[in-house]
Amino acid sequence: MILTIAHKEFRSLFTTPSTWLILGALQFIFAWFFLARMDAFLQVQTQLAQLLNPPGATQSVAAPLLGTVAFILMMLVPVFTMRLVAEERRNQTLVLLMTAPITSLEIILGKFLGLLLFLSLIIAACLIMLLTLALGTHLDLGLLLTNAAGLFLLTACYTALGLYFSTLTTQPIVAATSTLAALFGLWLIDVASTSGSVALKALSPTLHFQSFNSGLLLGKDIAYFLLFSAICLLLAIRRLNNTRVYG
Amino acid sequence: MSAQITLNARNLTRRLGRREVIRNISLQLKRGEVLGLLGPNGAGKSTTMQLLSGVLIPDSGQIEICGFDMALNPIQAKACIGYLPETPPLYRDMRVDDFLAYAAKLHRVPRAGMTEALSIAKARCGLQDAGRKIIGTLSKGYQQRVGIAQAIIHQPDVVILDEPTVGLDPAQIRDIRALIRELGRAHSVILSTHLLSEVENICDRVEIMQHGQFIYGDTSVRMQSLGHQAGFVVTLLAPPDLATLKAVAGVIHVEALSATRFKILHNIEASTAEALLTLSAQQGWQAQQLTPLQGNLEDAFVQITQNDQTKQNDQNRQNDQMNKIKPDLMP
Repeated sequence: MILTIAHKEFRSLFTTPSTWLILGALQFIFAWFFLARMDAFLQVQTQLAQLLNPPGATQSVAAPLLGTVAFILMMLVPVFTMRLVAEERRNQTLVLLMTAPITSLEIILGKFLGLLLFLSLIIAACLIMLLTLALGTHLDLGLLLTNAAGLFLLTACYTALGLYFSTLTTQPIVAATSTLAALFGLWLIDVASTSGSVALKALSPTLHFQSFNSGLLLGKDIAYFLLFSAICLLLAIRRLNNTRVYG
Repeated sequence: MSAQITLNARNLTRRLGRREVIRNISLQLKRGEVLGLLGPNGAGKSTTMQLLSGVLIPDSGQIEICGFDMALNPIQAKACIGYLPETPPLYRDMRVDDFLAYAAKLHRVPRAGMTEALSIAKARCGLQDAGRKIIGTLSKGYQQRVGIAQAIIHQPDVVILDEPTVGLDPAQIRDIRALIRELGRAHSVILSTHLLSEVENICDRVEIMQHGQFIYGDTSVRMQSLGHQAGFVVTLLAPPDLATLKAVAGVIHVEALSATRFKILHNIEASTAEALLTLSAQQGWQAQQLTPLQGNLEDAFVQITQNDQTKQNDQNRQNDQMNKIKPDLMP
């Protein structure tokens, strides 16, 4: 039943032309950053080669690019999550799910997984582009995979947060802006806080992504992302259940 | 089997803030029964249907669908319900076939029976040719049909339709009424409406709602008789005088609508129309047209709701008076 809903969400994304447009534009932006990075890398490559332990293409092209992707995702995910529940509420199609013999857990998980699958495609497309580097140089696959995993977990937690905000309102735009505000807030905690406030900084998803970005696979970061997503999803389920109580 | 109770709701109450929008409603439905929920706007029809279909949870009371308690076994209970809300829940960018297949999957129709379920539902709602069309491009009437198809795709025991004929043209209304009658044979159907003719035409039973309560419930035939006065309008090209007409067997009242048209009220038991036509043939009154007066629900409905309102007004007035008196009593 979860898969039915996920499948429907996934498919419905591709029926609108705007999705294709966004996908195309994103790939263009990624390619642009990729080429800019490549250019910069090629210029300093000869100097880097004199170093004792020179950073390779993966470290100086792929990792920064994926860091940028993470940042773009922060602005992109709300655009997709806003529709999940808010639009169904506005078009009064949520009733179909509410009267069907399924639980709120199945509805939320279905929608979450459907969108996550779609966003994974975006990440995958970017990774495939990076794999073309293998034609000319030796790739650090470990670093690349850690980055991919980090990006996936980061997307999952953004999606879960966006999904929760989408359950709160009937206006998709309100859901999008509030998600964006929340994500920016979390990012600012990381960027703007002084080095002293470690506890506060630990709240920020971007901080936890940084360790993935530099190739560190830490249990605490994985736990953070999983917990963050789980809490948001639970809140979303709770909100959906409350719809039955408060109308 | 015909007497199997498919839906049993007891003492449902639903509050909106501190106001009770549904007050202590009980309802039973048997298989093969079509129940009409009738009431003015804001009476609580839609809320009742939302409670019965599990969209809302009642503040108190119990709902049993086919023996499954809605609160304890929501999954099994909901599997027995098909619900069409006021606005049909349609994804406008999906094709009819895809949408119905999705609805069927959500209602746990097994994969093997999917094609069959789809073609049955489409045939019943007259959607055979619309399968490949995108829902958003369909006319309102067709969208409504898709909404009904969605509600019956899993062959539910209880079908709940909220104002199924609103916004349709007369031909479509006729089709959908025929469909509801057909559904009523195998399933139990609840439909809400404020069109009285709908109830007259298709419902076995009527419940009238006002202020969140059932104020009157009966078979729709019996309800018609409530506002009914037997009579007819007859056109006589060469009429006799009124006294002669009054003398016809069973006539209670004669009213001349024009020089040639007469409204005649008579006893329900007497066969006045026949007597008058025989006389007309004998005396050469040249009877042209005889239209029986429709005993309509409209009258009955107004009568019932007004009775209720006057009762309540009386009560309010009494309360007001009591309140006015009280301050005097207590210095």
